[in-house]
Amino acid sequence: MTLPRLDFLIGAASAATATVTLPFANGVRPLVAYPQKRSLIVLTPRPPQLETPFGIFDEGLLTPNDAFFVRWHLAGIPTSVDGATHRIKIHGSVSRPLSLSIEDLRSQFERVEIVAVNECSGNSRGLFSPRVPGGQWDNGAMGNARWAGARLLDVLGKAGLKSSAVQIRFRGLEQPLLDATPPFVKALSIADLDANMLIAYEMNGEPLPLLNGYPVRLVVPGWYATYWMKMLGEIEAIDTIDDNYWMKTAYRIPDTPGNTVTPTQTGFSTIPINKLTVRSFITNLTSGQTIAPGTQTIRGIAFDSGTGIAQVEFSSDGGSTWRKASLGENLGNFSFRGWESSFTARSGTSYVLACRATSNDGKTQTTTPVWNPGGYLRNVIETYQVGVS
Amino acid sequence: MSNPVLRTAALASALIILGAASSTVTVTLPPDNVQFKPGPGADLVTANCATCHSAAYIYTQPPLNSKQWTAEVLKMQKAYGAPIAQSDVSAIVDYLLTQNGRP
Repeated sequence: MTLPRLDFLIGAASAATATVTLPFANGVRPLVAYPQKRSLIVLTPRPPQLETPFGIFDEGLLTPNDAFFVRWHLAGIPTSVDGATHRIKIHGSVSRPLSLSIEDLRSQFERVEIVAVNECSGNSRGLFSPRVPGGQWDNGAMGNARWAGARLLDVLGKAGLKSSAVQIRFRGLEQPLLDATPPFVKALSIADLDANMLIAYEMNGEPLPLLNGYPVRLVVPGWYATYWMKMLGEIEAIDTIDDNYWMKTAYRIPDTPGNTVTPTQTGFSTIPINKLTVRSFITNLTSGQTIAPGTQTIRGIAFDSGTGIAQVEFSSDGGSTWRKASLGENLGNFSFRGWESSFTARSGTSYVLACRATSNDGKTQTTTPVWNPGGYLRNVIETYQVGVS
Repeated sequence: MSNPVLRTAALASALIILGAASSTVTVTLPPDNVQFKPGPGADLVTANCATCHSAAYIYTQPPLNSKQWTAEVLKMQKAYGAPIAQSDVSAIVDYLLTQNGRP
């Protein structure tokens, strides 16, 4: 994996704008500090899509709120939200429709905490070959936070799901600008709900940043971020499989082995994107870097859909031989898991470093990248070319 | 404040009014400084596309061919409800090809 090169461009107005160059065509991005955020990599300013500079993942297992990636779909984002008057409406096929304030969530339901990775469905899309249209992210459209809130199942239990209900549909305060644009709604099948899923009012012990969904967002551990509805305002139990654009047409993956197809393949059926693939990264160096000779500590992170990381292996010879890395602190199966290994770097030699994670359900990473037209699920073994001074 | 970077930093401030249990959060998002570059069709693209999204949506894509840009324009028209006249589709695609195209 090649990491962004930090450089400065002198603009026509003689203003210095910091940029990074991501490792693919049209990869120059400005670095801008949005409200409640440090300087992040701007994919698009309207609606805002901000990527976390990858080096931040080397600073700790929890991604700071002000560094956490941002992805909105529609430009109608409320820029002022009152957490005291906000209500979550629970309706549809329920016995007791509810309208809950954040205070209701805190006082009427058990407070639950979980550390979980939130990864954009399109994370790493820019690295697909051949390239595919869509949001052109490098590997930083992900983050790991300690979320706190009420269990979705507890709230649904209070409302009393009717036996006819098949799916739960979620909508936030994000609005389309045109009447003809489909509102951003997502649905989960009732059979897929579990006690890890939260309506979260805290992120790393603080209120959520507005751009990450203040005052509440859905937390769906192990599932791609498209389901983690921000500024959650509406929960609707429905009696049919949701057929809105964002479920029926967008965010679909091939229903093929490994969810992969060839770039010319057509005629395959698709399913909604769902659980995270297993991934691992080196965080304390970047590809193309020159390192010092001698014993070098290599560290990184790994995660999967929530079965937990069974092992991470490290290679200093491009994947010909592997050795087990030592795993770090365990913050739970849905969290980033730190890992560490080392190798002896000989002066004047170059190395291809690689890491490979295996999850507790036996899934692992391979050298062949998945390919699909949406640019989803990338989890190829990452490689890092380094020289030694 | 004459320095544009400092000005952006000031605009990108968040106002948080503390309440008892929750609070109002108000933010001012930085302006969208990415513009469609001049050229034949730029007016059409600005009129039809910029209502809903930044020009960065075009310039950050990999270079796309005519078939791919056409698919994107038709997706915006049919799925997202962009009010693109059928007679303007080819001029919009031509503009996108001049901006970020490939054979």
